Amino acid sequence: MFCEKAIELIRELHRMSDGQLPAFNEDGLRQVLQEMEALYDQNQSDVNEAKAEGRSDLIASIKLRHCCLLRNQRCVTAYLYDRLLRIRALRWEYGSVLPANVRFHMCAEEVQWFSQYKKSLASFMRSLGGGEGLDITQDMKPPKSLYIEVRCLKDHGEFEIDDGTVILLKKNSQHFLPRWKCEQLIRQGVLEHVMS
Amino acid sequence: MDTQSYLPVQPGVGMQENFLSLDDILLSHERLPIRTECAFPRLGYLEKATDAQDIPQGTKMELPLWLSKGLYERKRRVLSVELPKVYREGWRTVFNADPNVVDLHKMGPYYYGLGSQMLHFDSPENPEIAQTLLQTFIGRFRRNMDSSQNAYNEDTSALASCQ
Repeated sequence: MFCEKAIELIRELHRMSDGQLPAFNEDGLRQVLQEMEALYDQNQSDVNEAKAEGRSDLIASIKLRHCCLLRNQRCVTAYLYDRLLRIRALRWEYGSVLPANVRFHMCAEEVQWFSQYKKSLASFMRSLGGGEGLDITQDMKPPKSLYIEVRCLKDHGEFEIDDGTVILLKKNSQHFLPRWKCEQLIRQGVLEHVMS
Repeated sequence: MDTQSYLPVQPGVGMQENFLSLDDILLSHERLPIRTECAFPRLGYLEKATDAQDIPQGTKMELPLWLSKGLYERKRRVLSVELPKVYREGWRTVFNADPNVVDLHKMGPYYYGLGSQMLHFDSPENPEIAQTLLQTFIGRFRRNMDSSQNAYNEDTSALASCQ
């Protein structure tokens, strides 16, 4: 049956329901496009034959192949679109600089899309607060206090806070830090909010 | 990764599918038993049972929902779709009697979705099918709601097998 490769692409994404971005399946995409080309060519030749020799019985098969073309198109479009939704979520979760291992999973066009999205978001944020700008990627959950107690989950090296003090983030060390500096690191899993 | 920022396209409601919804695409991949009402020349290789070059009229085979929907015509000149077992009279009586005892996951992963899609094929039983789908959902809603509010924050696959 046709469109088996296309549905595999969809399954690949559906498996990662938490929003992770898998590697760009360039091979799979190419196979789907090849299948579409083959279907289209067969239909072209059948249409010409139907017109030239009045073979209206070919129309049923032409229609079937056309359905397959539409199906492949749907799967590919949904695949690419869902990946963009995941990449958009990355800006909100990881900030404007993506870790290298995530960037490897994106194709060139997706990297370009991400940088355009970053620019749009940045100019939008700059326009808020009466021209002063507002970072809406901070405080995504309403904060309960200005400073929070955090524990370091992995070695992250030196970390500078606003008053110039440099803190060394070593595994299992605990610190009392301003919430807005820590938010990004908490989302990345480097720090853990200690609530006691 | 915190899932709050990833907002996938939701499945469609009722008989409507959302073009970009991954769930709807997987749902429409389900296979249905059909009977061809016309011949399909040069596509014999799709039907593995025979070696013929063409698919003759009157062949019984299985086609995915998306293809059945695409080829279906009101006057039934192209194919006719058989109702899967779960939506037929026998099972409908079971559902109407007590919707809570049925293992819906065993019936195929998309009971409500596929049932709603079956309404596209103009079966004379459509009003009864639609009614059963609705009543089953209403019947099971209370227990589903209760489980979701009171579940432990742990592996619930044992519970999910009854959904």
